[in-house]
Amino acid sequence: MAERATVEPDTGSDSGPDSRPETGPDTVIATRALTKRYRGGQLAVDGLDLAVPAGSVFGFLGPNGSGKTTTIRMLMGLIEPTSGTARVLGQPMPRATRTVLPQVGALIEGPALYGFLSGRDNLLRYDSADPTADPRTRRTRVAAALDRVGLTAAGSKKAKAYSLGMKQRLGLAAALLQPRRLLVLDEPTNGLDPQGMREIRSLVRELASDGTTVFLSSHLLDEIEQVCSHAAVMAQGRLITQGPVAELAAGARGRLVVTTPDAGDAARVLKEQGVADVVVEEDRVTGEPPDDRDRDLAEVNAALVSAGVRVRGFGLERASLEDAFVALTGEGFDVAG
Amino acid sequence: MSRAEASEVSGVSGISEVSEITDVAAGSGTAEVVGVRKPSVLWTLGLLRNELVTTLRRWRTIALLGVLAAVPVLVGIAVKIETSDGGGGGGGGPAFVSQITNNGLFLVFTALAATLPFFLPMAIGVIAGDAIAGEANAGTLRYLLVAPAGRTRLLLTKYATTLAFCVVATLVVAVSALIVGALLFPLGELTTISGTRISFGEGLGRAFLIALIVAASLIGIAALGLFISTLTGSGIAAMATTVGLLITIQILDQIPQLHAIQPYFFSHYWLSFADLMRDPVYWDDLLRNLGLQGLYAAVFGTAAWARFTTKDITA
Ligand SMILES: Nc1ncnc2c1ncn2[C@@H]1O[C@H](COP(=O)(O)OP(=O)(O)OP(=O)(O)O)[C@@H](O)[C@H]1O
Ligand SMILES: [Mg+2]
Repeated sequence: MAERATVEPDTGSDSGPDSRPETGPDTVIATRALTKRYRGGQLAVDGLDLAVPAGSVFGFLGPNGSGKTTTIRMLMGLIEPTSGTARVLGQPMPRATRTVLPQVGALIEGPALYGFLSGRDNLLRYDSADPTADPRTRRTRVAAALDRVGLTAAGSKKAKAYSLGMKQRLGLAAALLQPRRLLVLDEPTNGLDPQGMREIRSLVRELASDGTTVFLSSHLLDEIEQVCSHAAVMAQGRLITQGPVAELAAGARGRLVVTTPDAGDAARVLKEQGVADVVVEEDRVTGEPPDDRDRDLAEVNAALVSAGVRVRGFGLERASLEDAFVALTGEGFDVAG
Repeated sequence: MSRAEASEVSGVSGISEVSEITDVAAGSGTAEVVGVRKPSVLWTLGLLRNELVTTLRRWRTIALLGVLAAVPVLVGIAVKIETSDGGGGGGGGPAFVSQITNNGLFLVFTALAATLPFFLPMAIGVIAGDAIAGEANAGTLRYLLVAPAGRTRLLLTKYATTLAFCVVATLVVAVSALIVGALLFPLGELTTISGTRISFGEGLGRAFLIALIVAASLIGIAALGLFISTLTGSGIAAMATTVGLLITIQILDQIPQLHAIQPYFFSHYWLSFADLMRDPVYWDDLLRNLGLQGLYAAVFGTAAWARFTTKDITA
């Protein structure tokens, strides 16, 4: 590390020896051609190049079986990549688990608890497994984590008597035992009630505003849209796209929607005006707006009106992340084999 | 100084070190609050402590210990009934059983001889077999590893806990036998196998030594069980395999045609603990037993380590 300190510009004035990650301080997770083939021959992750910027809330999307959990397992050093590299907090995984993982809180494929222990004892056990956790503050930290997920009252109950959502909350509490630089949450709102989901969302925002990077996988796209600043989409083990959420949703272009009783005329005019993929559904005519839409849409509307089409409604329907997701991963419901 | 060096240098944690590291993290932009915490040697033992308490408080462990404690009670009562019928009922039965009526201390030796072939190693097989596989089964293994417990540290913790259980289990048998023996039979001077007489105090000392040797006799199966535990993701399968292997070895040890390989069976010298009741003590088989247990611990401990540190944790 000493030699790199001379290479990189010294941004932190009083920081002393440089401790920044090698991929630059802005990338918390960086993978290069990360690939995992399970022993059965299943290619679960295929040449993944992921870059998670520091301070982002990063949504990791993909249909069932697309390799999200497998990627997270590799990032956490639980499984060895078949090829490629993964860096977390600038350190290579799985080699640097000892230094990296104390700074990472993780929820991987649902919570796992000791049913014969109380919720509190579960957390005490997980905390004692961390050699960097101070035993003198253990009880306070456990109590704070329980409080944070709303389980203080149920803390003494045996974990086997917990409901699905309570287990999920306890799993989250385990990830929050320490202040973390990175939180990896695999479907964190699975099984939670609406209050719980809202609570998790505000928790994620709160953590993010404290500077924690949050990497979360979820199937609830409006949820991702609400909390995430960035997202990546996986399908069949490959990364399809990644970037800021706003760009992803904008990438799937919105559709022009015209509501009119003169649907046939409207469709004809729209085609003349360069609107592609025109679809007529009763009194709704939709289509892909022409490329320079900001300039052209007013003209399209004018053309409709001057052609005698009675326009009741005219507008762009913004594409949701869900539209973007389906556009990227396809409509098919069946899980890829 | 790199982080790796820093973590090696740090012994017991100090507040000053922590704040210094926090400064470094603050320099890198994000997360002022999160410093790179350093592991401490003392804190590293927290997992062992937690594991010991968790294991011993577990209902299953208490049930196993209860069964072990019941064996001396049953043997003691059986001997009492047998002898009150009149006349020492001839030979047979486990070692030392005929002497119990004269001296309750012999119930300790009898109980250990009765539980060592099966009950004790079975209990160890359950604890050792479940050690890793049980965590994998419950999925808790992945959370221990991302805590991060460290694979080597977790394995050592599990083995240390299993060995602690060996000692506790053996002592439970011995103490239960001592109490039952004292309640049902007279205590006093005792005669060794060699025919010499030793005081009750020395007899007690030898009983304690025997208990330790019996506990040490279980080192081998503990290592074997732990290795099996790293091979599977099912706690039940690991326990069953370990106990099955125990029974198989015990049977093979009885087949004369196999005498060439029998000295390598972990159970072959188990009953040599009786040699501690000779005067002078006959050490050869005792030492062979300890050496064999050490060999098993080395071989299967290494195998378990090699397997567990490279294994994909997908459970
Ligand atoms: N232990 C395993 N052994 C073999 N194949 C596996 C294993 N775990 C997962 N797979 C396969 O790898 C692929 C990716 O699985 P993964 O669990 O990473 O998907 P996912 O994106 O997390 O899906 P979900 O949204 O359902 O959680 C799937 O085809 C799955 O069948
Ligand atoms: Mg998954």
